[in-house]
Amino acid sequence: MAAFANILVGGAFHAAVLFLAAAGLQLVFGVQKILNLACGSFYALGAYFGVTFITAAAGAGLSPWLILPGLIVAGLLLGVIGPPIERMLRSVYERDESFQLLLTFALVLMFQDVFRFIWGANPRSLDSGYLIYGTINAREFSVPVYNLLVIAAAIGTAAGLGAFLQRTNFGRILRATAENRAMAEALGVDVRRVYSAVFTLGAVLGTTAGALVVPTAAASLDMAIDFVIEAFAVVVIGGLGSMRGALAGALIVGLIRAYAIALYPEVEVLAIYIVVIAVLLVRPTGLFGRPLA
Amino acid sequence: MRPPGAALVALAGTAALALVPALAPAYYATLMVPFFAYAIALLGFNLLFGKAGLLSFGHAMFLGLGAYGAAVMAGVLHVHSFEAVLCATMLAAAIVAVPIGFVCVRYTGIFFGMLTLAFGMLFYSFLFKFYYVTGGDSGMRVPRMSILGLDFARYNKIEFLAGPFYYYCLALLVAAGVLMWRIVHSPFGLHLRTVGDNARKAEYLGVHVRRCRLVAFVVSAAFGAAGGAILGFRIGLADPELVYWTQSGQLVFMAVLGGFAHFLGPIIGALAYIVLQDQLQSLTPYWRFVLGAILAVVVIGFPTGLAGLADDLRRRFRRSGA
Repeated sequence: MAAFANILVGGAFHAAVLFLAAAGLQLVFGVQKILNLACGSFYALGAYFGVTFITAAAGAGLSPWLILPGLIVAGLLLGVIGPPIERMLRSVYERDESFQLLLTFALVLMFQDVFRFIWGANPRSLDSGYLIYGTINAREFSVPVYNLLVIAAAIGTAAGLGAFLQRTNFGRILRATAENRAMAEALGVDVRRVYSAVFTLGAVLGTTAGALVVPTAAASLDMAIDFVIEAFAVVVIGGLGSMRGALAGALIVGLIRAYAIALYPEVEVLAIYIVVIAVLLVRPTGLFGRPLA
Repeated sequence: MRPPGAALVALAGTAALALVPALAPAYYATLMVPFFAYAIALLGFNLLFGKAGLLSFGHAMFLGLGAYGAAVMAGVLHVHSFEAVLCATMLAAAIVAVPIGFVCVRYTGIFFGMLTLAFGMLFYSFLFKFYYVTGGDSGMRVPRMSILGLDFARYNKIEFLAGPFYYYCLALLVAAGVLMWRIVHSPFGLHLRTVGDNARKAEYLGVHVRRCRLVAFVVSAAFGAAGGAILGFRIGLADPELVYWTQSGQLVFMAVLGGFAHFLGPIIGALAYIVLQDQLQSLTPYWRFVLGAILAVVVIGFPTGLAGLADDLRRRFRRSGA
């Protein structure tokens, strides 16, 4: 029973991180109709930068208690890469989706060597400073409070994103642009600015997810291309472009992965992709996706 | 590119490639063997992408089937003839491709890409995790085989690859090219192009859209397996990296670099990619960055690829000459 609960919390932690990154992917796909293969690179960038930022901040006298807010700040700071990359993608909005996919693949290749150049080929990790928040122990059940805080942060982000999209003016403009770009433009929406903002927000969600995961796992070169596979599984299961889908998909993938690793490690990725194929066969648009036109 | 033009380019290219082992160091001849493998795989890939308009992001799966097929046939079952291995792996890939294709070709665009990616990753994780069957991340050895019933036992591995096997692969590529040319210009090829241009109209005209796509998928799988078997033979190893999704991305890269709208485009792209990668690797440890930048420039600035660029130049030249 305790083992079961441990796995549950582990899976939920992974799901929280997956949700953040997948929400960014969904936002960009929903509004700009671009499937961003570089989402994994943003995630890895957040992880690497998180290590550097916290190490530097600790050297400058940051209280170890501030590691969680510090990592979030590190993720947010990386938002600066959003606008220039969006500017680059702008040239292929009108093109076939295979070109869009390829351009983001080019970004994946380039980021891979940027990481190698700045941080080297060896994995980088933070000393397990996150244990400063303590762990909750109850008989065999044991979970670091840090993991619970990250789960809470992801739930908070989900609620915040929902409120932002549904209730604020900019959220409405965003949804209108996603619905019909030409009509939104005709009504006076500055689509360029919207795209730039959406892409930056999507990137920030990815980098923050990466930064938050780094106290528990090392940042490595394979991280980017491995993560894409999981993030894609999440959005395909949930349905492309749907926020609720990202949440459901992240939970499904996170939990399946946690239980597969604990019970039968051989099927870790296999199990996720069997679910992906099953969902695509029964509901090609995913659990919360809209029917194909 | 009009047919005579393409035939001329193909003929000149074949002649130039035939001279490589005689003129260049053995290193370059062995470097060309993966080129032949990718070129054959891309001929199939482009039937799907260039003609039917279906972008597969899991095509490395078939390269892997070819390489692992060769490893199983030659290493476990001790089949010594490469021709037998080639035929068997192509047949196996075609058989595997029927159910996968049946599922995938129900969708187009991004959904087709994601579904093929999912199947590719499924195969990858099988290869990677079930190490007692597949050797896991250390892969499976592909022993040396005979070609055309000859062992060439006098030659060491490098000499064999740079000599007899080089010409053997060149002949295979020519044969694959001729075969694909016939397929593309057959009634089936024309049907497929109509499907790629406008699937709804094609259906209205009585074309079996799904059946066409499925046949293209199966044919491209067989070509992919042939390429994979050659790759496995060249490296002497079938390992799961060959099936990872970045490998599929690399295939798409080659096709776009060369120009997928042209028959010879993907072959040109494979050649350019192999040479470029080799040169960059000797220049800088950050060759991926340069390749990524080149890909970005091609996608943004020259979406018709090298073949399209050559076409443009020729047209401009002709106009200024007239």
